[in-house]
Order: sequence, then structure tokens, then C-alpha cells
Amino acid sequence: MIRHLLSSADLSKDDAVLILDTAEELLSVASRPIKKLPTLRGRTVVNLFFEDSTRTRISFEAAAKRLSADVINFSSKGSSVSKGESLKDTALTLQAMGADAVVIRHGSSGAPHRLAHASWINGAIINAGDGSHEHPTQALLDAFTMRRHLGDLDGRRVTIVGDVLHSRVARSNALLLSILGADVTLVAPPTLLPVGVDSWPVQTSYELDGALDKADVVMMLRVQGERMNDAFFPSAREYSRRYGLDTRRMRRLPEHAIVMHPGPMNRGMEITADVADSARSVIVEQVTNGVAVRMAVLYLLLSGSTDAESTEAREEA
Amino acid sequence: MSSHTSDSPRATTRTVLDEGDISRALTRITHEILERNRGSAGVLLLGIPTRGVHLARRLAARMSEVEGTTITAGSLDVTMYRDDLRLRPARALEHTDIPVDIDDRVVVLVDDVLFSGRTIRAALDALGDIGRPRAVQLAVLVDRGHRALPIRADFVGKNLPTSLVENVKVSVAEVDGADDVRIVGEGDA
Amino acid sequence: MSAHVLRDALVLGERRADILIEDGTITALADSLDAGDAREVDATGLIALPGLVDLHTHLREPGREDAETVLTGTQAAARGGFTCVHAMANTDPVADTAGVVEQVWRLGREHGYCDVQPVGAVTVGLDGTQLAELGAMAESVAKVRMFSDDGKCVSDAVLMRRALEYVKAFGGVIAQHAQEPRLTRGAQMNEGELSGILGLTGWPAVAEEAIVARDVLLSAHVGSRLHVCHVSTRGSVEILRWAKSKGWDVTAEVTPHHLLLTDELVRSYDPIFKVNPPLRSSDDVAAVREGLADGTIDCVATDHAPHPMEDKECEWSAAAFGMLGLETALSVVQLAMVDSAMLSWSDVARVMSTVPAAIGRVEAHGRPLAVGEPANVVLYDSGASRQWRSDDTASLSRNTPYAGRELPGRVVATFLRGRPTVLDGELAEVPV
Ligand SMILES: [Zn+2]
Repeated sequence: MIRHLLSSADLSKDDAVLILDTAEELLSVASRPIKKLPTLRGRTVVNLFFEDSTRTRISFEAAAKRLSADVINFSSKGSSVSKGESLKDTALTLQAMGADAVVIRHGSSGAPHRLAHASWINGAIINAGDGSHEHPTQALLDAFTMRRHLGDLDGRRVTIVGDVLHSRVARSNALLLSILGADVTLVAPPTLLPVGVDSWPVQTSYELDGALDKADVVMMLRVQGERMNDAFFPSAREYSRRYGLDTRRMRRLPEHAIVMHPGPMNRGMEITADVADSARSVIVEQVTNGVAVRMAVLYLLLSGSTDAESTEAREEA
Repeated sequence: MSSHTSDSPRATTRTVLDEGDISRALTRITHEILERNRGSAGVLLLGIPTRGVHLARRLAARMSEVEGTTITAGSLDVTMYRDDLRLRPARALEHTDIPVDIDDRVVVLVDDVLFSGRTIRAALDALGDIGRPRAVQLAVLVDRGHRALPIRADFVGKNLPTSLVENVKVSVAEVDGADDVRIVGEGDA
Repeated sequence: MSAHVLRDALVLGERRADILIEDGTITALADSLDAGDAREVDATGLIALPGLVDLHTHLREPGREDAETVLTGTQAAARGGFTCVHAMANTDPVADTAGVVEQVWRLGREHGYCDVQPVGAVTVGLDGTQLAELGAMAESVAKVRMFSDDGKCVSDAVLMRRALEYVKAFGGVIAQHAQEPRLTRGAQMNEGELSGILGLTGWPAVAEEAIVARDVLLSAHVGSRLHVCHVSTRGSVEILRWAKSKGWDVTAEVTPHHLLLTDELVRSYDPIFKVNPPLRSSDDVAAVREGLADGTIDCVATDHAPHPMEDKECEWSAAAFGMLGLETALSVVQLAMVDSAMLSWSDVARVMSTVPAAIGRVEAHGRPLAVGEPANVVLYDSGASRQWRSDDTASLSRNTPYAGRELPGRVVATFLRGRPTVLDGELAEVPV
């Protein structure tokens, strides 16, 4: 197993399947009278959030607590990460606290990578979303949700629609789903596809309708209205007409297909309220599955000692 | 659980239980469980993965025959409760399947080998988080001694005195293709 | 004054000779010189080159003396074999008046490690709106001839045209930092396959090339001198090649790092590799090497850009652009150009001394190694090799991208007007 989770691309297929299988077993913990496992007792997990994301933070917090880890929340919105304090100084503080894992959300692409490789801190680093780079646990929970509905993802067709250029969810999903054998199609106006996307393990299309008929999954990405100020598209109305998922388009999907959204949704922009609330939508389920997937990641990254000998030596001393 | 080591060329292996021995031991344990609990009502068999699950299923089949009812065994993975998680690489979880509510039942834990007792300690902790059984009993195919905790088995297929350098290898047909119990030693020395 | 004899040097890497330096001048250059009581310097196997001239150095003084000062920057320059550096104008206050450029020029003279030729700002405060007093700077004791808003692009086409025209009055040159600002808003790294994967805002090659194309046309139109700073893309090289084929008065520089490093290094997200213009693709690296070899690119300039570690030990987008370059320049040029047989040592003398001195109009530098010429000389051991360490520097900053790398060569001695600024690879005591 890898030491840090920074990118979906870090995962081998075996790693990814192990995480999903583990999450499957851990899902049942939520329905037990005692929703807690002693696995990470005495371990410290720090939630280091430089960017506001209550949903992701709570999901990681619940996951860590269900594994009996001590959880410390550091957030730049409160006072714990003081303004202007550098990533390095924050990391050194966390190291002094004995953080075994740092879950980091940061507005700058690569910040988790820096934490993992700059030798400021020893703990495992888990990327909870960095800039427009990646959000691998979101991709894992999306894959987990798809697998529960569709079984093995090998050969399944997943259409991801929207602002791929700025979306860390799209990057992580495209990478992870292709590792798991799915056929991914990215649909967006050309302005919202990154340069070099042709080297990604995906297909691309500028047109949504043709990418629906055979899709097993349609994932709608959040599109910020402000993007039109940078001329990425002419108007919100034109965007939703060309790339929004409405009831008419949903009818083109095969019977078994599901609709996903990493949230938060812009109802009326990329997805209509009818679609978001329809029976095909698994958006609420994605939230529940998030805790199990994050428990699996924490367990697999933290429980295995990488230096068993030194641990034993410490315990004997 | 048994220790699985690859047989080195110098290691000596001897078979201590064959298929017939195992079958007879399981039949005897079945009767002992029924006798101790005055039948199968209120008894839940939970195997500890991997091989304990298969042994529990065989016990359940024999019990069903004797009692004339359908008795299903469950499984209880204890990985998340082990006390050596920090010492080893993370391992994959096995399936936990608790077919009925365990509250006020007699849970019979089933494992292949009883050794230090640490696995059973973990199983007891796991059970405690799932509910409150009336009693917990332990059935093992082999008790090889060397306990590190105050734990003993209620039902034992075979007591097998071993030295610490030896390994006990239990094979079951469902996983290993054949039933037997072997002691793998450290050469002739 | 002092006298030195450099024994058995390889002049321009070609011809073995002793070089006698007396009173700041080369007084003899021949085999087995009788040097009287001149101090002997064993130059056996060392290449003798004219003192190097850098057209693009950030000395940070005044304003950011925590990153570099004229003293430490010129010491680093001496250790790199330079005898003259052009100090960029983006200081605080900006070098946009005669007062600031004279101060910087004087500091260089006082410290005595390397001549400092100030570059004047094109616009007041680098603001891109109003021309600075270019004439006053030109007439000052610093005799400014090169003007640049480096760090920023003179993006306004009219302003650029006027600046090009105006400096004709005193033989000036506008050194353009070619970066179309709208195309590079928030840009973090070369735009390409990797920027998409890493989720870093792309810096398209066209943002440089569009300005280079516009400016060569403007320079042709008004008949003035244009110098293009730190050329980094294949497209820029091609535009320059075309402009030169027309006979237009356009020159260009390339940095050592753009000759060697590629954007693949950004995969580490280590801001030590964050620089403006960004590290480009290996195809661009090949193109700038070819450009330098065939003369399309006239010279090498370091863009030495010191930054304190806190501006580099952080996340990528928060980090400052820029890397150190003075002390590694010759080694990197050897690795990228000489060891690959694209340049000879006399070509190196041309692109790192003669031509930059001519572009900057500094008369006492970039002269041939010949009797009667000013004794600005560097002795270089091209056979040496060392693993570069970030703390082995005279600079106040540590932001070298080469830490841990094996680099060839070593500057053994540097002479500025006959006085050693570096001897045996170490900074010499310079009498003030
Ligand atoms: Zn510049």
C-alpha cells in the first residue's frame, strides 16, 4: 500500500480495489449499535483545512472518530491556522503534535504533495482536495457508489460533464475510473477542457447528447457562473442548454444508469431540480459512502507500520 | 488462526490429523455443543476467517442434521480489533456476517487453531461492540498450547503439544483443496 | 599595482600560453614568459576566457537586502566568472531615475568584485503607463544604455514603440520581458500536457511569442534596437530567426536554466523550479539550444533572481518566481552546449562576454584576450565536476535549482581589471 494518498494516479488497481473492498466491510459499522472500532486508538489525525469545506471535513472527522483516532481540526477560517503562517510552519507544528496523518484541503494545487515530500512532517498525507489538481477520496467514494449500483466497473461507461479544466474531482475520477477499467468520456465546451487532455486515458466530446445513450453513469460537475466573466462560455443560459442535465436528456439514458454529482450543486445550471431529486440520482448516497471510504483509507494508510522493527524496539524500551 | 509458512526444503512436515480425523472431531464437537447448550435453540455459530468460517459452516450442517432444522453459521472478522495492527502492514478485511441479533444468545466462536489467545481476545472485543450475548463459548479444531492470555477453549478437536519453533498448518477442502492438519518443524535439529 | 602571470593557460580553450597581467592590462601573451616578480598562477589545463558579462541580474538592492545586496550579488558574480553584470531595475525604489541608477553603479564600484551596470526602468515605477526619464539615466555617471521593465512586460504597444524610438537618441536598447499579461493571468507553469495533469494554470508559449512577434515588427518599423530577454520557446526562436533574416536590429538572450531544465521538474511541485518565464518542454529546450548555437539567440544571460527561502519553502502558487544563476551559469552552459559539441569555448566567450558587452554597450568588457586589452579574465577548469550544494554560494539566497545535481567545471580564478576577485576557487580579499 502507498504511504500517502495524493493523487488517484498513485493507486494501483489492486490498491484501489483493496480500498473499495475494505470500505464495503466498513459500511456496516454505520448500522451497528456501537459505531466505533478500536483500530486507530492512540493515533492522531489532523484535519488541516485551508479552504472551507464543511462536508469533506465532517466526513473525514466521522471516519477518523469511528476508528477511535484522536482528531484535531485546524482550519484557516477559525484562528488555528493564523493568517500568514506558512505551510511549513504549520507542518512543523503538526509534527510536534505527533500527527500520524494529516488530511489537507488547500486552494493551491500540489500543497499536499509539498507536505508529503518536503520532510517537514512524518505522518501520512491525505489529499482532501488541492486547487484544481485532485480530490482522490471523492473519486474513491464515487467509484464505490458506482460499484454498489453496477458491480465491477470494468468496461462500464462513465460520462463526466462540465468544467473539467478547474475540477479536481474530474481529474481524480478520470484517473481512478480508468485504473478500474471503466471507459470515461469527458464532455465540456472546448474552453473548459485542459490543454493536453488528449493524453489522458479518456475520450472527450464537445457535445452531451451523443454521450448519453450508452452511459452507465453520468456525473455532472459543478460549474461556477462566474466563469462566463472569463469568457469560458457566453452565458449561464447557453451553458445549461448545451451541457445541463434536464429531464429530456435524462430520458436518453439506459434504464439502469445513475446520475451523480460531487456537490454542491448549482440547480438550474448544470442539473435541473427534477433530475437531482429523481430516483436515478445517487447524490445523497454519495455522502454516506464517503465516511466508509475515508475510514478505509485511514485504516490502510495508518494501521500498517512501515518500520515494524523500530516500533517494536520502542515498545520494548 | 494457523500460521502459514512456506515449507522450506529442510523443514520436516508431519501430518497429525487426516480427513477422517477432522470429520470425527467436528462430529464430536457438534454433539458436545448441543449437549452443553441443551440443543441448538439460542445458539449462534460464528467462524473467525478464514478457515474458522468453513469449520463453523460444517458444524452448522452437522447440527442441522441432528436437530432437523436449518442452522446457519455467521462470520466475525477481528482484524480491526487486533493488537498488532501497528506492527504489520495493513491487511485486507474479511467478511463479517452476523445472521441474527446476538443479544441474549449463546455465541460459539469457531477457529482452526488456538495459540496465544490474542485472536480470541480480539473476537471478544468485536462481539462486545455488536451486542451483548448471554454467553460466549469457543470451539477450536486444534489447541497447540502456549497461551499468552487467560483464555481456554470449551470444545477442542485435538490437543497438540508443540514447540514454539513449530508451525501448525490447518488445511480445509473449501480453501486448500483437502482436509488435514500438519506440523511443520524447523528441520531435524 | 599588482602583477600576475597565468602560466600555461588554454586561451579560449584552444592555444596554450602564459598571460601576463600588469596594472589592469594584459601586457604579454606568449609561451614561457619571463614574468619578473609577478605573482605566479598555475593555469595548467585551465581555460582562459574574457571576464563574463551578464545582461540580466537581479541584485535586489535597494529594497530587498534580505534576498541579495550589491555586495553579495557581485561576490556571487565573481565566483561565477563574471566581471560585469547588468542590474535589473525592479528594485524598491525602482531604478527609474538617475539617482537610483547612480547609487547602484557606485555600490558595485565600491565593493570591487564585479562592475555593476544598471539597467533603467522603461516606465515610471514599472507601471507600464508613463516613460521614465530615460535620457537622464543615460547621461548619468552610470551611462545607462539598456532599459527594461523586466519582471513585467511593456505590453502597451504604443508605449513600446515610443520607448524604442526614444532611446535611439543615445544608442539605447529596450530589453523586453515578453509576456502578454492577459494570456498569463494567474499562470503558474508552462501550458501543456503537464499543466493539465498537475492542475496548475498554464502559461502558454504564445503569450511570449505574441509579444516577440509584435516587438520585432515594431523595432523594424521604427529602426531601433530591441533585445528580447530570456527566450524560452521554439516559436520565439523561429520569429527571431525570421527577424534576423530580414536584417532587423534585434538581439536575444537565453538563460542557462532554459538551456537545461524542463517543465517535467514541476511534477515535484517544488517551487525551487518556479521561474518566469516558466521551464518549458524538452522540444523548447532543444530549440533554444539550436538557436544559441546558430546565432539566432545572441547570448546567455543568467536572470539570477535571489529569493529568501520562505518564498520558496511553501506551496507552489504562493512561491516567488526565480532562481539563482550567476555561480552555475558557466557550468550549465558547458553541460548543455559545450559537452554536447554545440558550442566551442571561443563560442562561449562570444555568447557570455563579447556579445552581451556589445549589446549593453559596456566598453571595457567583452574585449579579446590580447595584449593591451583590459585584464578581465576568468580561468575555468572544465575537467572538474562537483555535486552542487545550495549553501555553497556567496549569494544571500539559496534558491538554486541545481542542488544535488552533478555539474561540470569550476571557476578557479576571476580577474577584474587585473585584480583577482576569485583565486583558487575562493573569493579574494578585494582592497576597497
Ligand atoms: Zn524577466
